Amino acid sequence: MRKLLDVARLVPPEMKAFRQVFEYETEDERATVASALRELNARPRLLDIEGNEAAVISWECSCLQKKCGACAMIINGLPRLACDTRLAELAGERVTLDPLAKFPVVADLVVDRDAVFTKLRDMGVWHDNERSLLTQDKASDWAYEATRCLQCGCCLEVCPNYVPDAIFGGMAAMNPMARLLEETPKAERKRLARSYKESVFGGCAKALVCRNICPANIDIDRLLSRANARAVWGRH
Amino acid sequence: MLSSTSQASTPTPSTPQASNPAMPTPQASNPAMPIIIGAGLAGLSAALSFARAGQACHLVSPQESERAQSVMAEGGINAALDLMGQGDTPAQHFADSWKSAAAITDPNALFGMCEGAPDVVRDLIGLGVPFQVEQGHMIQRPFGGQSKKRTCYVKSSTGKALVGALIDALRRYEAEGLVIRRTSSELVALDVDEKRCVGAWLCSTRTKQIEHLEGPVVLATGGFAGIFGPSTTGSTTNTGDITALVFSQGVKLANLEFIQYHPTTIAIPGKRMLVSEAARGEGGRLFVMRDGAPWYFMEERYPELGNLMPRDVVSREIASVMADPSCENCVFLDMREVDPIVWSRRLGDLRDECIRLIGIDPATEPLPVEPGIHYSMGGIWVDEQHRCSMGGLFAAGECACQYHGANRLGGNSLLGAIYGGKRAAQTVLDELAQGKLPIKPTQPLEVRQAAVAFNPGIFDISRDEVEREQTIQEILATHLGIVRDEKSLLEGIEQLLKLDVGNSVRLRRRVLLAHACMACAITRIESRGAHCRSDYPDTNESLAEQSVVWPGNGAVVFEFRPLPGLRAESRRVLQEENLQVDGLDENDSTQGTEKTWKGVPF
Ligand SMILES: Cc1cc2nc3c(=O)[nH]c(=O)nc-3n(C[C@H](O)[C@H](O)[C@H](O)COP(=O)(O)OP(=O)(O)OC[C@H]3O[C@@H](n4cnc5c(N)ncnc54)[C@H](O)[C@@H]3O)c2cc1C
Ligand code: SF4
Ligand code: SF4
Ligand code: FES
Repeated sequence: MRKLLDVARLVPPEMKAFRQVFEYETEDERATVASALRELNARPRLLDIEGNEAAVISWECSCLQKKCGACAMIINGLPRLACDTRLAELAGERVTLDPLAKFPVVADLVVDRDAVFTKLRDMGVWHDNERSLLTQDKASDWAYEATRCLQCGCCLEVCPNYVPDAIFGGMAAMNPMARLLEETPKAERKRLARSYKESVFGGCAKALVCRNICPANIDIDRLLSRANARAVWGRH
Repeated sequence: MLSSTSQASTPTPSTPQASNPAMPTPQASNPAMPIIIGAGLAGLSAALSFARAGQACHLVSPQESERAQSVMAEGGINAALDLMGQGDTPAQHFADSWKSAAAITDPNALFGMCEGAPDVVRDLIGLGVPFQVEQGHMIQRPFGGQSKKRTCYVKSSTGKALVGALIDALRRYEAEGLVIRRTSSELVALDVDEKRCVGAWLCSTRTKQIEHLEGPVVLATGGFAGIFGPSTTGSTTNTGDITALVFSQGVKLANLEFIQYHPTTIAIPGKRMLVSEAARGEGGRLFVMRDGAPWYFMEERYPELGNLMPRDVVSREIASVMADPSCENCVFLDMREVDPIVWSRRLGDLRDECIRLIGIDPATEPLPVEPGIHYSMGGIWVDEQHRCSMGGLFAAGECACQYHGANRLGGNSLLGAIYGGKRAAQTVLDELAQGKLPIKPTQPLEVRQAAVAFNPGIFDISRDEVEREQTIQEILATHLGIVRDEKSLLEGIEQLLKLDVGNSVRLRRRVLLAHACMACAITRIESRGAHCRSDYPDTNESLAEQSVVWPGNGAVVFEFRPLPGLRAESRRVLQEENLQVDGLDENDSTQGTEKTWKGVPF
């Protein structure tokens, strides 16, 4: 299989923006965008398709198994995890790689997602009482579903309403909140509910564009509906 | 990995900066503020312990906690809560762990961890970790090397759920200004004054600005198995560079020869994927084809624990049947008989992962597995209170050599990371209260700075380092495999010493660490736990001591250091429960035997 990786470059310290194309060939049907990037960067000399010497491609990863969310980037126009995107499943020879567009670019494919984490802090995403106890199988399953969020930001990329540093935190904020709401008895939910209404419920159009893009396949619609029921309608 | 274009040059120092101005940082310049390096489970746990005690601290990591290797843990965390009504106790947890550790870990520290485990898990329940619940009750699963069902878990994503709960718990203290997060910042050198640690040099992964912080340092940077390169199951960011850095700065390391090969891993592009021990805990069986029929060799050879023998044993058995000419050269993990309810309720993530990454559905087809590098039992030497050999420095989690001895039991490292982080923080708090900390430097900052070479960022691998880095990895993989012998180890050392690392500070340090691992492996002329010597197949009782190494005068210095005996009150507990545990006697000597490995440049 032969692919042409067309990479958006932004190389510090000059921060000159340009595109660079690299040829990548492999027999391995399981090769991913991440494994290709790692192999390109491990070459003693990295040459682009025109034969020019190229600098190491900056990108972020850690687990290489869809467990950490580090490697989110735009692949052929869609936000995805590089380690979970097989080259063989991408149609055509050319694969375009760009950094997530809603966050400031640090270098090449690396972005600064601090806004996502600052949002959670400003929203007060934590338990007031450290004595939660889940004994219902179903509630614990939903709390578990919520913990699966990778904070990768793919959903925020496609969300028409998400802008970093604004009030609305998107699904990356809904998920951790949903866990806390699952675990907090009705009488103690006031602070969380207020924050949820303001930073999730109030901004979300519920068209669920985010749902199909989530690489962790989180059951966002049902989780959202449960969280809404608890925080907004005061049920359960 | 965040690979930057910058060559491995030393970043330019700047004046010490204040932390994030958007956050209240009343104590930001306070030298009594502990600096935690690494924000996986051990770092998170240490930070939470400080914050709960009202002590402000810094929490430094190149990436967010969500990206730490801790999120990859699948199988679970051990605690003798006895939820399954089998009469489990912390003393039995100790006995199982001690047996697997083969007598070369501090028994008092281990006893403390096993006794503390139920509280650790209760605390996690309080923080909302959605542990597995069935019919209204939390349940525990069996795991390798354990006599009781002792492993608490969250489907097959335990690490992710634990990290998530600790992140959320800590966030509250971040908002209060008690925990100062320094994400996208990494340790590039310890600030050492007269052989004591008085602070840390950090570097921003984004701007490459150097920052200096004064204060006691708690290392929580994870395991060093990454010096083996892509043949490991862990995160690409656990490179071993921090262990190599602090070693080159004079910090003692221990038990480096004990590297855990996990028996069931599968190669995927760029790394090895782990098939959690939970797969065997829930009924998975290992077999090899012999004379055209499957041979369930573990069950035949170990009728009692079968597939759930400790990892070192299973890995060696797999290697031995693979080398056996009467068997086919591939071992399979057979999970076809696992109950559909177990698949959906407890192992769903594992099944999805196998289908997605290797294209095999383990519910219908056996998985081809082989042992792969997984965990470093050894690492930074610490005492029972998690103090390093250098004053002002502490270590916890997988980077520290504590609790696991010659072989770690599955489920004990998540526990070791959380309990260890808590324990290390408590020691720092005690020493602050006693006035032993902070240590006041005697030399001026400029002098200390001039004496140290900063590590390049763990992400900043330069072009000319790439090939040599791979050579180090190959040498280690070849000469420090599951089974070792003197001849091969000597060859490995020779190749390491011949390697030209140019002017790369990082590689020089990695070679030093690799050499120290080999020195430990060659000096331990016996087989024990994960260390298996074909030329010394038996365990030598007189070597029930820790291997301790440090750099001295252009060489790796090695000593066998005796361990303390188990305290009388703990022995009484074992006696009361009629637990027969060997090798816990008081040592008469505390003097180690020194041996120097000459010829290492650093
Ligand atoms: C696939 C897999 C499955 C596992 N399953 C289990 C299991 O089921 N049960 C169990 O008990 N154990 C399991 N383990 C082991 C266990 O997960 C780890 O031992 C444990 O999580 C280690 O935690 P830690 O906090 O010490 O380190 P880590 O989680 O590795 O964290 C290290 C931290 O240090 C940071 N860091 C790295 N370099 C620097 C630097 N230069 N400066 C500052 N910070 C730095 C990293 O960013 C990270 O935040 C598993 C491990 C793997 C790989
Ligand atoms: S449902 Fe729509 S508005 Fe709400 S988070 Fe998803 S994409 Fe954004
Ligand atoms: S909801 Fe899904 S896409 Fe959004 S941050 Fe979480 S894991 Fe990523
Ligand atoms: S590297 Fe962790 S999700 Fe891709």
